[in-house]
Amino acid sequence: MTKQQANWSPYDNNGGSCVAIAGADYCVIAADTRMSTGYNILTRDYSKICKLADKCVMASSGFQADVKALQKHLAARHLIYQHQHNKQMSCPAMAQLLSNTLYYKRFFPYYSFNVLGGLDNEGKGCVFTYDAVGSFEKVGYSSQGSGSTLIMPFLDNQLKSPSPLLLPAQDAVTPLAEAEAVDLVKTVFASASERDIYTGDKLEIIVINADGIRRDYMDLRKD
Amino acid sequence: MNFMASKQPENSLLGPEADSQRTLYPYVTGTSVVALKYKDGILMAADMGGSYGSTLRYKSVERMKPIGKHSLLGASGEISDFQEILRYLDELILYDNMWDDGNSLGPKEVHNYLTRVMYNRRNKFNPLWNSLVLGGVKNGQKYLGTVSMIGVNFEDNHVATGFGNHLARPILREEWHQNLSFEDGVRLLEKCMRVLLYRDRSAVNKLQIAKITEEGVTISQPYSLKTYWDFSAFANPAQGAVGSW
Repeated sequence: MTKQQANWSPYDNNGGSCVAIAGADYCVIAADTRMSTGYNILTRDYSKICKLADKCVMASSGFQADVKALQKHLAARHLIYQHQHNKQMSCPAMAQLLSNTLYYKRFFPYYSFNVLGGLDNEGKGCVFTYDAVGSFEKVGYSSQGSGSTLIMPFLDNQLKSPSPLLLPAQDAVTPLAEAEAVDLVKTVFASASERDIYTGDKLEIIVINADGIRRDYMDLRKD
Repeated sequence: MNFMASKQPENSLLGPEADSQRTLYPYVTGTSVVALKYKDGILMAADMGGSYGSTLRYKSVERMKPIGKHSLLGASGEISDFQEILRYLDELILYDNMWDDGNSLGPKEVHNYLTRVMYNRRNKFNPLWNSLVLGGVKNGQKYLGTVSMIGVNFEDNHVATGFGNHLARPILREEWHQNLSFEDGVRLLEKCMRVLLYRDRSAVNKLQIAKITEEGVTISQPYSLKTYWDFSAFANPAQGAVGSW
């Protein structure tokens, strides 16, 4: 008798898309609020965005239980950091921590596709993009999740960053104004909802700037 | 002959012997649980069947239980794992009561605890084979959440497990609204349970409806739904398509 194979998977894809765009003095992070499994919608009102530090917000799509565990882990580590250093973690510091945390489970990964957005220590917008096992890169804009293949080319077209290989290094942040970036994000999600079945219902937009953090919502297609 | 003693302790989950200890598939299972928020709290329904594959082995299984003062837990999936979860929760509530500080675990806290338990078991490749529905009211705040065997969890105004997701949720999406009266809530739940009875092979016509409000938990006595089997679609399913079945 052959060894029994497990007939359940420890992973599931709960879908959804995330986007982040960095500006000169702001950062926009957005994600839809639909949670699905297979061809079913589980709920239309689930936030994929988590505030990790004062000026650092993460949006993650993929397997919701892993995303939740990852968010809790980072929040706990941030609390310890605050106790030890008497200050908030900067966005670049959190970026490295997220990468290390993901790689730690390299051989049983967090099925979580993340974008980290916030302001660095000088108040300039920064966006970091990740894969499920922790490879990351500082970029001017990024998208992850089920709609990323639809969204990313459009962002490339509208926001094309200079190559990171250029010398001297050129700024990746977009020259767009905050309102224009928010508008672009809304357009991008409306388009993605048309063709990606896992993206839709509602869009949650977070804007971080010198004044603090602001949250906005926009309705998307419910089909 | 094994001269070197095995380096693994007896209760380790590594190595081929451990495979027989990990959950492969469920044996005695309960089918859907459906729940919704209404004006005064949460209403939850589940039938009383415990299936052993295709056999209806147990017909009086209570798949909904009160937890502490403020919560109600409904479970579908493996019944023995549900009983194990009740043991965990019993201990949790006991230790909470032992503080004797006037504070008590609310539904949000219990749901969080359950999510962590389910996720951690999934991480060890030995899941508790259940889909759980946790509802409750504390300090006027209504809460209704669900968690699956791999730890996927969320809260919403109405939830369902298993077949309920396919058959009951669409009805609830169409007909649920804020501040349902108790009668309307029960009527809506019964509508969902009736559809499940017609279309879910593992459903049985003996169900309970549970209510949880600020005052506490009430689980109804078991009863049956009236069914109508003379719909022409049931009587002559191939009428519109001769040759089909």
